[in-house]
Amino acid sequence: MTALPSSLPASLRRDPAWRGRIVACLLALAIVWPMLVVSEFKPWILWDWQSLSATGRFLSDFLVPAHDPEFLLLLLRETWQTVAIATAGLALALLGAIPATLLITDRLSISALGTGRTRLPAQLLRQGVRWLLVLLRSVPELVWALLFVRIIGFGPTAGVLAIALTYCGMLGKVYAEILESSDAHATNTLLANGSGRLAALLYGALPESASELMSYTVYRWECAIRGSVVMGFVGAGGLGQRMDESMKMLAGAEVSAMLLVFVALVALADLFSKILRRRLG
Amino acid sequence: MPTYHLQQLTVRHPGASTAAGARPALRDISLTIEPGEQLALIGPSGAGKTTLLATLACAQRPSDGVFRAFDQDPWALDDSARHRLRAQLFLAPQTPPLPPRQRVITAVMAARLPQWSIWRALASLFKPADPQAAWQALSRFNLGDKLYARVDRLSGGERQRCGLARLLLSPASALLVDEPLSALDPVLSELTLTTLRDEAAARNATLICSLHQVELALAHFPRIVALRAGRIVFDLPRTQVTPQMIAELYQGEAATAPAPAPMPDDRDALAARAGIGACL
Repeated sequence: MTALPSSLPASLRRDPAWRGRIVACLLALAIVWPMLVVSEFKPWILWDWQSLSATGRFLSDFLVPAHDPEFLLLLLRETWQTVAIATAGLALALLGAIPATLLITDRLSISALGTGRTRLPAQLLRQGVRWLLVLLRSVPELVWALLFVRIIGFGPTAGVLAIALTYCGMLGKVYAEILESSDAHATNTLLANGSGRLAALLYGALPESASELMSYTVYRWECAIRGSVVMGFVGAGGLGQRMDESMKMLAGAEVSAMLLVFVALVALADLFSKILRRRLG
Repeated sequence: MPTYHLQQLTVRHPGASTAAGARPALRDISLTIEPGEQLALIGPSGAGKTTLLATLACAQRPSDGVFRAFDQDPWALDDSARHRLRAQLFLAPQTPPLPPRQRVITAVMAARLPQWSIWRALASLFKPADPQAAWQALSRFNLGDKLYARVDRLSGGERQRCGLARLLLSPASALLVDEPLSALDPVLSELTLTTLRDEAAARNATLICSLHQVELALAHFPRIVALRAGRIVFDLPRTQVTPQMIAELYQGEAATAPAPAPMPDDRDALAARAGIGACL
């Protein structure tokens, strides 16, 4: 038996990945620094005396949220509308995102099986759908909302459509990536044994990544709630539109009551996600 | 009509170097396997057993030579016809392909997917289509009581047998099994090989099984194919295989680990090959 040398041989002492990692860190720094400068990232301004006093005045008005019954009833109705906008928007987005995911994920390619290459038409189709998703999500929902408000007028429909289009692009892309980063073994074996794409997804990829897909979807619902608020400011209905009005009337108490509702909604989404993850995990 | 007919087959892994000096994963493979035949693939680790099984499963395209499965050239067929051909064979990989969060019954029923419509597959996720058959298949591997357990609650050996129970439910006529015994004790190994052979014999299916346990291979399989460094060393009935041949097959695979060979100077090339740069 040959004895193993006690120390690492000289040729192995340097990690071959080391140089690349250093270069990547420097590169990241070189890219991020100009970005910070351009975006005028100056957090110390927050601690300036003038801004502190302004914040104080604002907060003191917020201290007692509005709570007269009439306002609360209105709040409830608008909250319900916001939840409805987010949910309907997300549901419509899923209608587009799920087929798009099935089309673009490489994991389910039958023509790549054994050759490692997808056929050209399939590649073109995938790339086409990818570009469509890029287009959908690169236009911010606010812009879609402005557009739809112009076309179909003020109201929640504009918000629903805006969320549906932007989130379709986001969900399709991220779903495909979640599927692609899960363990391929089960799916590949099912495909190699002759099962179809959808069946392989249902029996192989889905159980692997169900809880990630789920938690991302609930998180997106949360984002849709926030998004619908922002879009409310341009007239797309829900709590946002009401908040815009309260802000313009300088009714700090009303604004703070609405903010509390947002916190509650986000906390609700968090709880929901936790329960579902525990059920699936 | 033989199940498989291979002549002078060369197989390279996708993305592997095609330079003149590079050794393909398999070369000069000539093999004819008749329906209902049972054969064991033996050979040292890295000899190409798994690649050969993947090639036979039409999951790896050969780069050169003749490859016919069920009297057809799968790679001359179009995608969908080739995929239909795949439903006639069943590949059981060494690591059981079972998603951890899936229930055993669902994992086993997945064998029927090629025959099912997508609606049937969906319905079976909600209410398992044939629990009776799944239970029978599991029982033959002493796993009947795990029918509704989740895969991640199973031990390594139980998972391996669960993967083989799936094979019993598949109606395939060529069964390709990659090292079915790697996580099993001697008693279960005997049971498993016997079950596989009985099943193959009962439906006159071809059984090709790669094994590291040479004694078991010789005891259970009438035909032995030995691979080493991507080539067939011998392909003989078990009565003609001598201890001398086995010793030569595994020669150089000494039990003691040799001192590590000096690293090649071209470190970047090595890093690229190992995919180290990819983690950036």
